[in-house]
Amino acid sequence: MLDYQLTEEQQMVRELARKVALEKALPKREEWDESGEFPWEAIKAMAEADLLGLHIAEEYGGMGQSVLNYCIATEEISRICGGVGVTFAACGLGSTPLILFGSEEQKKKYLPDVASGKKLSAFGLTEANAGSDAAGLETTAKTEGDHYIINGTKQWITNGGDAEIYVIIAITDKSKGPRGASAIIVDKGTPGFTFGKKENKMGIRCSSTRELVFQDCKVPKSQLLAKEGMGFIVAMKTLDLTRPGVAAQAVGIAQGALDEAVKYARERVQFGKPIATFQGVQHMLADMATQVEAARALVYATAKMIDAGAKNSTMPSSQCKLFASDVAMKVTTDAVQILGGYGYMKEYPVEKMMRDAKITQIYEGTNQIQRNQIALALIKQGAAMKK
Amino acid sequence: MSIRIIAEKCTGCSLCVKTCPFNAIEMKPREGTPRKLAVIDLDKCTLCGACVDACKKFGAIEIKLEKESSADLSHYKGVWVFAEQREGKIQPVAYELLGEGRKLAQELKTDLSAVLCGGEEIEEEVPHLFAYGADKVYLLQHDELKDYKSLPYTRAVAELLVKNKPEIFLLGATTMGRDLAARLAIRVGAGLTADCTGLSIDPEKKILQQTRPAFGGNIMATIISPNNRPQMATVRPKVFRKPDKQEGRKGELIQFDPVINPEDLVVKLIEVIKDESIKVNLAEAEIIVSGGRGLGEAKNFKLIEELAKSLGGAVGASRATVDAGWISAHHQVGQTGKTVAPKLYIACGISGKIQHLVGMQSSDTIVAINKDPDAPIFKVATYGIVGDLFEYVPLLTEKLQELRG
Amino acid sequence: MNIVVCIKQVPETTEVRINPETNTLIREGVPSIVNPFDENAVEAALKLREKHGGKVTVITMGPPQASEALKTTLAMGADEVFLVSDRAFAGSDTWATSYTLSQTIKKLGAFDLIICGKQAIDGDTAQVGPGIAEWLKIPQVTFAVKIEAEGNKAKVERLLEEINEVVETPLPAVVTVVKQINEPRMPSLKGMMKAKKAEIKTLKASDIEAEEKNIGLNGSPTQVVKIFTPPPKGGGEKMEGEPKEIAEKLIGRIKERKII
Repeated sequence: MLDYQLTEEQQMVRELARKVALEKALPKREEWDESGEFPWEAIKAMAEADLLGLHIAEEYGGMGQSVLNYCIATEEISRICGGVGVTFAACGLGSTPLILFGSEEQKKKYLPDVASGKKLSAFGLTEANAGSDAAGLETTAKTEGDHYIINGTKQWITNGGDAEIYVIIAITDKSKGPRGASAIIVDKGTPGFTFGKKENKMGIRCSSTRELVFQDCKVPKSQLLAKEGMGFIVAMKTLDLTRPGVAAQAVGIAQGALDEAVKYARERVQFGKPIATFQGVQHMLADMATQVEAARALVYATAKMIDAGAKNSTMPSSQCKLFASDVAMKVTTDAVQILGGYGYMKEYPVEKMMRDAKITQIYEGTNQIQRNQIALALIKQGAAMKK
Repeated sequence: MSIRIIAEKCTGCSLCVKTCPFNAIEMKPREGTPRKLAVIDLDKCTLCGACVDACKKFGAIEIKLEKESSADLSHYKGVWVFAEQREGKIQPVAYELLGEGRKLAQELKTDLSAVLCGGEEIEEEVPHLFAYGADKVYLLQHDELKDYKSLPYTRAVAELLVKNKPEIFLLGATTMGRDLAARLAIRVGAGLTADCTGLSIDPEKKILQQTRPAFGGNIMATIISPNNRPQMATVRPKVFRKPDKQEGRKGELIQFDPVINPEDLVVKLIEVIKDESIKVNLAEAEIIVSGGRGLGEAKNFKLIEELAKSLGGAVGASRATVDAGWISAHHQVGQTGKTVAPKLYIACGISGKIQHLVGMQSSDTIVAINKDPDAPIFKVATYGIVGDLFEYVPLLTEKLQELRG
Repeated sequence: MNIVVCIKQVPETTEVRINPETNTLIREGVPSIVNPFDENAVEAALKLREKHGGKVTVITMGPPQASEALKTTLAMGADEVFLVSDRAFAGSDTWATSYTLSQTIKKLGAFDLIICGKQAIDGDTAQVGPGIAEWLKIPQVTFAVKIEAEGNKAKVERLLEEINEVVETPLPAVVTVVKQINEPRMPSLKGMMKAKKAEIKTLKASDIEAEEKNIGLNGSPTQVVKIFTPPPKGGGEKMEGEPKEIAEKLIGRIKERKII
C-alpha cells in the first residue's frame, strides 16, 4: 500500500476497525447476507470501540471531527463486509446534517447518543418520484401552530427502521420550488411515523433499506434544522461531506475482493502451477491493485482537504465517489473471474462482494449525476480561467 | 541450573530456534564465519530442554538441571488416589486412577490407598474401592464433607496427607479434582502437575514421571517433582482404563477423624441448576456423535441427535459450535471441554484441530465425515469418509433405523 | 469495588503448528495475545465496576514484552496495570507464579475480589487461581459463569460437568472464570490511545518482598525434564464408493467391532 503518512491515531483507527470487522463481521457476513438481518453485533462492537463517533466533535462525546478517520474506518469495515460498512457509514450520513447545521441545543440533544452508538441515525431524501431529480420531492411539512405536519413517503432509506434519529427533507413552501424544502429531525416512535417493509436487495443485504411513511406526523418546529428553505443546501452540503465515505466503502469492498483474488491465485494449482504464476492472471491482479490504490489515494486526498477546512470540495468529492465505485465494480467482477467457478459459488465471498459493489455506483448520487457535476464544475472553472 | 551454547559446536543450523516454544533463541552473526551463533535469551528461557533435544546431532547446547535433593524423602511411602464422590457415588475416574495407581505401586513395591470423604452413607461405597484395587481406604466422614467444598476438603485431606506421608497422590482432573488439588498442593507444599496423560516411575530415581500436553496439545512435556512430597498429579477421566473389578476383594479400612474448622464453612451452596438437555452423560457414553462447524447452523444438530439416538449414543460438539451458540457447553469435547474415550466417536463436519483431538483421540474407533480431504481429523480416524455430512449422516441414521426394524 | 485481575501473555496456541518434516513446533509468526480466559476475567471485572463503581487493576507476571498484554487491558478500560518482572522469576511453575502474584496483591493493598481466567492456554494447568487463594488464605470459587456482588459477599454460578451450582462467598475471594461468562469487549479507540501513552510500572522481586525460596526455578517444586512432539498418528481407512455402499460398509465395520 502507498504510505499515506497517517498519524498514529489514524493507524489505530484502521487497526481497531479491522479488528472489529474481523471478529464480529467476518464470522457472520455470509449468514447476514443470506437472511438479510441487521448486523447488530457488529454495530454494537463498533460503538464499544468508539468508532461511531469518529466524525463527531469531542465536546459531544465523539473522537474529534475527521472525515479521513471516518473514511479509514468505513474502508476497513467494508473490506470485510460492504453491508456492515454501509450501515456504519449511514450513521455518519444521518448525523452530518446535525453536525453542519444543528443548533447547540439540537447538537447536545442528539450527537452524544450518536457518538456512543446508543442511537443510530439515517438520512431521508430519496422518494419514489425524486431520485436523481431531487427537486421532484413530494413529502410536505405543513405548519400548524408551532408544529409541522409531515405527509409523504421516503424510499430506500438506509438504516430505515433500525435508526432512531432521522433527518428528512420535506417541502415546507411549495411555491418556492427548490428553495421551499427544509430539513427536519424526526425521532423514531413519533406518532404518524411508520416504516415500510425491509427491501429485498441484490447486495448489502444486511443493511436495512426501508420506506419512511409519514401520515400526519406531528413534529415540533424546534426540530427544524437551520432555516426553512435551506433543505437542499443542507442535503447538498451533507452529501459533499459523506460522499468520500461512500467512496471509502467502495475502496474497502474492492480491497477485500483483491485480497481474496490474490489468496486464491496463490493457492489454486492448474497445469501443475499456481495460477498466480500465469501472466494473464498477474496482469489482471496488477491492474486491480493499481486501480484500488488510485481510488484510495483520491479518497484520502479529498478527505484530508475537507478536514483542512476547504470550502468547496464538491468536485473532488464527486470524483472520488465516481472513480472508487467504478473501480469497485470492476475489481470485484475481476475477482469473481479469477476465482472462476468457485467465484460464482456462494460458498466463496467474492460473488457477494460483486453484488455489494454495484450499489456504490448508484446511491449518494448515481455516477451519471456525478459526471454531470464534475463536468459543470470543469466548465465553470474553464470560464473563470484567464485566456 | 543453567543452560549454555557451546559456541565451537554450534553450526548455525537454527533448528533450536524453531523448536523453542518460548521464542527464546535467536541467531546472531559472529566473527570469522558466515555461520550464525545461537544465542539464548535467559529472560525467556524456561530451561525446558526442547532445544537440547533438537541439537542432539551437534550437542551444542548444554543444560544443567539437577537440583540437589536436600531433604531425605525416603519415609514418604505409598501411592494414594482421591476417590471423588458426587451425591454419594464414587466417580469412575477414581477407579481408573486405582488401575493406574496399582501399576505405579507395583513398581515402587508399595501400597495403593484411596482417600474417601463424605457424609454418613459414604461408607457403603468403600467395598468398591477394595474391589478396584485399593489395599487401604482412608475414610473421612463428617456432615460438612457430604458435598464437596473447597476449604473443608482442603483442610481434611491436607491433615491426612501430612500425617501419613504418601509419596504419590493422584486426583481426577474434574472440576472438583482441579479445584481441590491446586489449593491442596500449596497447603502441603507439594508439586502438582495437571491433566496428565501418562504416568510412569523413573527406574533409577524411583520418582513419578508425569507426561502432559502443553501449548494447546501441540507438544508433550514430561514433568517431575524431585524434592517435594507428595508428588501430586491430576488425570482427566477416560485417559486410563478402569481395571477389572474383583468383587469381594478385601482391604484395610482406616477411619480418620477430619478436623472441621468453622472458618472454612464461609462459602455456602445456594442452588443447584440441572441442565435438562443432558439426557446422556457425555463422559460415560460408549458412543458419541459429534457435530462441528460443518453443520452450518444450530438447527442442523438435529441430524447429529438423530444419528446418536439411532446408535444409542450421546451428542458431542466442537468448540466452534459451542462458541457460535448452537449447543450448550456441556457437549463440548476438546482441550477446553471434556475428554472422552468412547468405543465409537463419529466426528461430523469437524476439521480436527489439535484442541479437539486431545479431547477424543483415545477413542477406540473414530469415524470422520468431512468434505475436506485434507482435514486433520482424517489423521486420527479409523474410518474416514470424504463427503458431505448432510448426505452421510441421514443416510447412516436411515440404515441404522432399518437394522433396528 | 476494588478488583484485581491476573492475566498472562501467551502464544496464540490455535496458530501453533507442528512442522510435518522435522516434527517440531513452528512458533514463527505466532502472535502473542492476552490469554483468552483472562480477557473474560477483565471483562467480568469491568462489568462489576460499571455496576458498583470502584477500580480495576490488572497485573501480570512475565518477561518485559508482557507489558503489551497489559496495554490491551488498558485499552479495554482497566484503570491501572502492573508488570511483575524479574529475571529471578524465570522458570516459575504454578507454585512460584501463584506465590509471586499473591505477594504482589498483598503489596498493592486491599482488594475485594481477585479474578483470574480458568487456565492459560499454553500451560493449561488451571492451578494459579486457587494457588493465589491459598497463599492469601481467602476462599476460592472456580469455573465461574456468573458473578454478582452484594456488599461484602459475592454470589457466583459455577459451570460444572453436568450441573451448575450457585455459591455465596464472603469477600475478599478469588474467582476463576470460564469463557461462557461473557463476551470480552472490543478495546475502544480512547482506550487504545491511553494505552499507547501509558508507561507500564514494573515491580521486581524486591518490590514485592518475595522470598527467594518461593520464586523462579528454585521456588518451583515441579520441573520440566523433557519436551517432545507426539508422534504423528497413522491414518486409518479412507472409505471409497457410492454413498450407500460406504454407509453399509461402515455399519458393517462397526458391527464387526462389536460396538452395536
